[in-house]
Amino acid sequence: MEKFTTHTGTAVPLRHSNVDTDQIIPAVYLKRVTRTGFDDGLFAAWRADRNFVLNRPQHDGATVLVAGPDFGIGSSREHAVWALQDYGFRVVLSPRFGDIFLGNAGKSGLLAAKVDESFVAELWDLVEDDPSTPITVDLRRRIVRAGRENAAVSAPFEIDDYTRWRLLEGLDDIAITLGHEADIASYEEKRSAWKPATLPARTSS
Amino acid sequence: MGTTLAEKLWDSHVVRRAPGEPDLLFIDLHLVHEVTSPQAFDGLRMAGRGVRRTDLTLATEDHNIPTLDVDRPIADPVSRTQVETLRRNCEEFGVRLHPLGDLDQGIVHVVGPQLGLTQPGMTVVCGDSHTSTHGAFGALAFGIGTSEVEHVLATQTLPQQRPKTMAVTVSGRLPEGVSAKDLVLTLIATVGTGGGQGYVVEYRGEAIRALSMEARMTICNMSIEWGAKAGLIAPDQTTLDYVRGRPHAPEGADWEAAVDYWQTLVSDDDAVFDREVVLDAGAMAPFVTWGTNPGQGVPLSASVPAPEDYDDPHQQASARRALDYMDLRPGTAMRDIAIDTVFLGSCTNGRIEDLRAAAKVIEGRSVASDTRMLVVPGSARVRLQAESEGLDLLFKKAGAEWRGAGCSMCLGMNPDQLTPGERSASTSNRNFEGRQGKGGRTHLVSPEVAAATAVLGHLSSTADLPATV
Repeated sequence: MEKFTTHTGTAVPLRHSNVDTDQIIPAVYLKRVTRTGFDDGLFAAWRADRNFVLNRPQHDGATVLVAGPDFGIGSSREHAVWALQDYGFRVVLSPRFGDIFLGNAGKSGLLAAKVDESFVAELWDLVEDDPSTPITVDLRRRIVRAGRENAAVSAPFEIDDYTRWRLLEGLDDIAITLGHEADIASYEEKRSAWKPATLPARTSS
Repeated sequence: MGTTLAEKLWDSHVVRRAPGEPDLLFIDLHLVHEVTSPQAFDGLRMAGRGVRRTDLTLATEDHNIPTLDVDRPIADPVSRTQVETLRRNCEEFGVRLHPLGDLDQGIVHVVGPQLGLTQPGMTVVCGDSHTSTHGAFGALAFGIGTSEVEHVLATQTLPQQRPKTMAVTVSGRLPEGVSAKDLVLTLIATVGTGGGQGYVVEYRGEAIRALSMEARMTICNMSIEWGAKAGLIAPDQTTLDYVRGRPHAPEGADWEAAVDYWQTLVSDDDAVFDREVVLDAGAMAPFVTWGTNPGQGVPLSASVPAPEDYDDPHQQASARRALDYMDLRPGTAMRDIAIDTVFLGSCTNGRIEDLRAAAKVIEGRSVASDTRMLVVPGSARVRLQAESEGLDLLFKKAGAEWRGAGCSMCLGMNPDQLTPGERSASTSNRNFEGRQGKGGRTHLVSPEVAAATAVLGHLSSTADLPATV
């Protein structure tokens, strides 16, 4: 995973709450077996509307998505994170995220940062007013800064310590866990013998 | 101070705990399907890793597969490739698979309990958000993403932040004609789609104790729809009766040892939950959704609400958008909403009791002329069981379509989809925009309401039906 320390880019204001992962990427795009190439599925149904915010040329090249509360609820599809990344987003800001989406983002290197609802509203106004407003997300200091010089506004964001550390270091979770192989083996030793196993397979007669 | 059931389950699965790190949890059962696993198996291959515990892993084909012509090759080449990829991966890594056509094929959350692989006291994960279904057995069960699927395949563990705990106590008894689905839709409308965020929820109280195992699965299944990490119900005699004798249930002395342990799986009397919600089952009625998230629901006897009925500006905006998408006007009686398609099935309501409940309503009646009804059993065995009881004939005689097992129209990944503007009454779990097909409009309902709606052609309960002769 690529290291994430600080990122500066422009933003897309997504004035929606309860954005479920079926909207982020509809199920028909989940049939692929690859890990990349999901950008065409991102908000596919909403993008059919010419006026949808992602279709506005002033937001071309934006890398920060600013959304209302409960972003990424619903289906566990990690394709939602991949589609956002494939499209070019590095950061999503929202007051609240769906649990599984939040976990998926952390695993794939997309920064999902929780910010106050009032700050989201402030960012929406700023970016709609001037789409070229630079937004800097500093993971070390856990601060989002928007605007230029004296006119800039900033606010802290929330992310759990462990995910922050992994993103800063660009670490692979599985390698970390395999470093604790002895702990896993000793837990396995102690498991009750009657706990079910899928193999050998048993089935109704 | 005592501990909650969720905390007991959590603590008994901690492989490693260190300050500043999430707990590393052992996973007792990992369920796999074709949609969220291909990239995980690829990841293993690229890193030269294997599956650590094939004996704790089970795969089935459900999301993507057709429910018609199941004995022929899958027509959609992209779907076929995904299913074939799962078959190749299971072969290569030694994972047990129940493919299309196999007697134990079906929706992953129907198959696990049916085989007796889901038992109290376990941790169960799957790359599917409705894994919370298995919590009905007093297991800690939750959905994960594809990176986590790869993590579990490689290590049989998952690093997890310890969640908070919540109790949802449902007192009283559900009135006649009101089901577990109505209960959980009422709950979600009360607490909102984000109400469970960060919590493992324990459902308890007289109304929950009175539910069958399958009804409990319906409740736990929809925990994710109000944001909960997991939902669970303490095991009791109902649970033991359901598990005993299933293919993978413990036997003899093992059964005794298991039951001794399972009986400890309760929240202590002095346990403190971080949050508590109390509901009265006696006051509940058939409940249906009008909007585009599962929290946007009202009693069937009510009308479509207006955005101004909500205080919160986000809810107002969300209601406005939902009304527009659903093409509904505030004040319209829910019962006046005409339905094109009724879908009976899914991991929420695709088990044998659900089919029986709907069949009882439809027996001696016919599906309305402008309405179609799709009946999709949750698994091949549910289908066979229903056929042995003659339910297939009864549905077909009424004019419904009897299909093969799978996720089907719940998420519209296979050919079973709504067309733009088409309106459904669906026993599934999500009414998101386009969930059942691009432009499709979904009303979530119970199996009983689904059947009554199919007969009358508009949203209805069994009480609305004229008596059969």
